[in-house]
Amino acid sequence: MNNFAIEVSGLRKSFKGQAALNGLDLNVPAGSISGFLGRNGAGKTTTIKILMGILKADAGSAFVFGLPITPGANLIDIHRRIGFVTEEKELYPTMTVEQIIRFTRPFFPKWRDDLEQRYMRMFDLPARKKIPDLSKGMRSKLMLLLAIARGAELLILDEPTDGLDPVAVEDVLREIVSLSAAEGITVFFSSHQLEEVEQIADRISIIDRGRCIVSGSLDDLKARYQRLNIVLREEPRSPVQWLDGAEYVRQEGRTVSILASRNVTALAEQARSLPGAQVEAYPVTLKEIFLDHVRGN
Amino acid sequence: MLFRVNHSSGVPLYVQLVEQVKHGIEMGAVRAGEQLPTIRKLAEDLVMNPNTVARAYRELESAGIIEVKHGAGAFVSQSIAGPTKVFRKAEGIVQAAIERLASFGLSDEEIRRLVENALAVLRAGISQENRNE
Repeated sequence: MNNFAIEVSGLRKSFKGQAALNGLDLNVPAGSISGFLGRNGAGKTTTIKILMGILKADAGSAFVFGLPITPGANLIDIHRRIGFVTEEKELYPTMTVEQIIRFTRPFFPKWRDDLEQRYMRMFDLPARKKIPDLSKGMRSKLMLLLAIARGAELLILDEPTDGLDPVAVEDVLREIVSLSAAEGITVFFSSHQLEEVEQIADRISIIDRGRCIVSGSLDDLKARYQRLNIVLREEPRSPVQWLDGAEYVRQEGRTVSILASRNVTALAEQARSLPGAQVEAYPVTLKEIFLDHVRGN
Repeated sequence: MLFRVNHSSGVPLYVQLVEQVKHGIEMGAVRAGEQLPTIRKLAEDLVMNPNTVARAYRELESAGIIEVKHGAGAFVSQSIAGPTKVFRKAEGIVQAAIERLASFGLSDEEIRRLVENALAVLRAGISQENRNE
């Protein structure tokens, strides 16, 4: 039995000689809410487009529900099981909200009328308005409705809360949580809002320069990582060679800050062995893990 | 009982939930035999990952604090004692310590930081005695 909704390995993709993906490995366990983090240009959207089957990878493999994704292959069955919300949020400009729902529905045998109606109400979508007349937030909500109501088992969302006001963000996050709890749906979503990722994700993957640099259960990462703040009596004459586990070290004068991913006790011992060192340990937030890894990479 | 989590404290959310249930029992907010919210309800209320809630419940179950009855929900174990003497005593100690610190002119935030840091230092395995040279 396959426990991964998405399995990507060694994925490579270049555009005009520029590597967008550089051997990306990524696993999304079925039933998880997985946050996909990275700076602009890190390769998130390229990954999602490959998963959608609209871009072809130069090398490597991508599987969704154990089925290979290759452009041109018959992806209809697999696309019925996935709902996408992409960054561009392109929709047919001549249609109204009502029309695009009626147009989309017949493609999906498992279409959920109950979810369609629920989201029309909850998102307060104007049925008769034309798509170009919708605000950015309304378009996001409409795409989300179309993705969810098809009865998808996997939602792939590229910045689903981009452009939404704080109340709508909370609505969308609650709905993702609720779908996950009630229907067992797997959610893979990219976001720049680290707080919202921290709020609802149980797993995260951080990508940078086309490679996955951190991946795992968010609780485990938070339990494993610590920040050590060290104040020395005097500035060391030569830089200290820190033990394994010091992911990222910053020093300003007599103060050293270490983001430790493991070996925290040994690192603290090492710090304490320096003359007059005061050592403090703090839990870290996802934001700190993200910033230090991406800046340190 | 009411749950509240701090998403940006750095403390894993399931740990926060486990602590809150234990605290709720110590405070008498939930009693032996009483039902806790379902995983789905709690995940929706707190807008947090259902797997995280499930993990907290698993931890509580394996610690014997709650019993999960399939289809019926999670209940505080019958054998669990309510507010204990030790806890009442501990509350007194903490209250006295906080009042003392406040009398030095420390703000709530400073006191909270001191306590949290002392706990984090313990967690990282740094003993207080060895902190100075």
